[in-house]
Amino acid sequence: MSKYTEEDLEQELKTKEYEYGFYTDIESDTFAKGLNEDVVRAISKKKNEPKWMTDWRVEAFRVWEKMEEPDWANVNYPKPDFQELAYYSAPKVKPKLDSLDEVDPDLLETFKKLGISLEEQKRLANVAVDIVIDSVSVATTFKKTLGEKGIIFMPISEAIQEHPELVKKYLGTVVPTSDNFYAALNSAVFSDGSFCYIPKGVRCPMELSTYFRINEGGTGQFERTLVVADKGSYVSYLEGCTAPSRDENQLHAAVVELIALDDSEIKYSTVQNWYPGDAEGKGGVFNFVTKRAICETNAKVSWTQVETGSAVTWKYPSCILKGNNSVGEFYSIAVTNHYQQADTGTKMIHLGKNTKSTIISKGISAGKSQNSYRGLVHVGARAENARNFSQCDSLLMGNACGAHTFPYIEAKNKSAQIEHEATTSKIGEDQLFYCNQRGIDTEKAIALIVNGFSKEVLNKLPMEFAVEAQKLLEISLEGSVG
Amino acid sequence: MLKINNLHASIDDKSILKGLNIEVKAGEVHAIMGPNGAGKSTLANIVAGKEEYDVTEGVIELNGEDISELAPEERAHNGVFLSFQYPVEIPGVSVTNFIKTAINETRKAKGLEDMPAKDMLKMIREKSELLEIDRKFLSRSLNEGFSGGEKKRNEIFQMAMLEPKLAILDETDSGLDIDALRIVANGVNKLKSKDNAVIVITHYQRLLEYIVPDFVHVLHDGKIVKTGDASLALELEAKGYDWIKKEVNS
Repeated sequence: MSKYTEEDLEQELKTKEYEYGFYTDIESDTFAKGLNEDVVRAISKKKNEPKWMTDWRVEAFRVWEKMEEPDWANVNYPKPDFQELAYYSAPKVKPKLDSLDEVDPDLLETFKKLGISLEEQKRLANVAVDIVIDSVSVATTFKKTLGEKGIIFMPISEAIQEHPELVKKYLGTVVPTSDNFYAALNSAVFSDGSFCYIPKGVRCPMELSTYFRINEGGTGQFERTLVVADKGSYVSYLEGCTAPSRDENQLHAAVVELIALDDSEIKYSTVQNWYPGDAEGKGGVFNFVTKRAICETNAKVSWTQVETGSAVTWKYPSCILKGNNSVGEFYSIAVTNHYQQADTGTKMIHLGKNTKSTIISKGISAGKSQNSYRGLVHVGARAENARNFSQCDSLLMGNACGAHTFPYIEAKNKSAQIEHEATTSKIGEDQLFYCNQRGIDTEKAIALIVNGFSKEVLNKLPMEFAVEAQKLLEISLEGSVG
Repeated sequence: MLKINNLHASIDDKSILKGLNIEVKAGEVHAIMGPNGAGKSTLANIVAGKEEYDVTEGVIELNGEDISELAPEERAHNGVFLSFQYPVEIPGVSVTNFIKTAINETRKAKGLEDMPAKDMLKMIREKSELLEIDRKFLSRSLNEGFSGGEKKRNEIFQMAMLEPKLAILDETDSGLDIDALRIVANGVNKLKSKDNAVIVITHYQRLLEYIVPDFVHVLHDGKIVKTGDASLALELEAKGYDWIKKEVNS
């Protein structure tokens, strides 16, 4: 620890204090399990939130109480007992390890395959070493650059304290507390998340990634993200990590809201690699996410996602194309293997005139998994000249998996042009033999075929992310053809 | 180079090859002709290692080594190349990316580093010129939307890139117009050397006007029933296969 600076010390002390406080509170907490209004108030109090925030949470809780867990998705799982869960106000703190030797060798093997550097491996596996110092310096430079442009990027809990007017103005405006069961639950108990504001006319000079938010612990079970792009601004936001996330929390219910004001653009890229459960389908994360964007006049939002993890995924990143000439895009790769189940897609709600949307969905199913695309294209009565193009492709490996497509179209304006294309293909013995004959072994051949299949979406990811995502696809499908 | 002795093979319990013998030496071109269903494509697939066939008897040796137990990719690494009768499509994978992967996987199997990009580029340029392939063609998805002629030309392009010891051309002439046939045949002729060998499987004598074989074999009912020089192909063209069938049965 030769490079230990004053700043690092300060940083560490802050973290330690947080941890300590967190544990004390929980230990003395009589309602560690179960959920009622008092728990919601206690969460808000622990986070020292203003009254409007507490009220907002309580209101969400009251709505949630009356709701029922939805069961229309094409997934099967034991319904969680919400009174058996503990609703923490702070992110889970992982045990600090002294060296990489203490880390699960499987995890290290995966890191190696992903080509993650040693230092980065330590950070991801929560090994306490000088890497902390490195990322502090990186993060400091990063913060300085953003600060000069007036960009706000911080944990949402801090934003509630430091920029209450912005949070209050936008929180819940795209995904209202009453939107759905999981969104209501998240609104009541969300632990933390990210807040990002890009001022008028500012082009964010770098990809914003949660990676740099070092003062945040784990991501927590109920994450809340709010991104506001003011008029004429641009931001590219990266969420998640290609490294596998092992989390004891079985239920994850995040909410992401994007607000794209006039003439602005938001690109939101996600790589989701939560623990999918083992090869027999035991364990794994339930991922029930609500993601939605609102686009004002001439605004554009692109969602790009690569989903390889979770035992059960329920996720529909959507765009409300409210302003005239606004554009919504959805590019998705969803991979399921073993016993994984995914029901994912998007909603494009055309309300403004000349609005345009594009949907490209690539589902890859292997093992005994089930992979569903579910999408809605809605064209409102006043949405003159709305245009949509949807393409849903499914790739199957073996005979025991399933691919399903549920496209819904509602057009209330006759000028709408809606195109939908769907294909289903299977990695055939013939394709594999052809590759084999050229000296390419079966594992590599599958990677090649899958990457070819996913190319249109991979191309939408920021460069570095795309390379990692490509490797991730290979790893996720390892051993899928026997 | 290749020595096959008493090969018996079947698929789904249906016997297809029934004691086939052939020996191909380095520097030679052999043609295998025969009526439909004689087992020509089966032979090509078995040498390449396709797993759906059961080899019940016999030995396949490549340069003195029994390759019967090797996986298809291992045979490829040892220099076996099959130009497919029906090349498959791989959407989203460009011709360039595919051949690059094939070359580097083969090098990896031999303990070599990836081919430097500069060398790869040079080689692609040379070989595509040899086969009169347009540069734009190389960025297209492998075989997707290719015409019959383009598919076959792409097969020979891959052969040129991989520089195999033993190339088996399975009905490479089918679906080719006369110009494409000439280009493909020229390519094969230029790639021929004293260190490699070519087996041409065909129905017709047409291709053999361009690629002149040292030996012509007639495959009938799972066995090689007649072997001759290039003139045998002409005789078959003129007289058909019936006289051979009669000769065998008598």
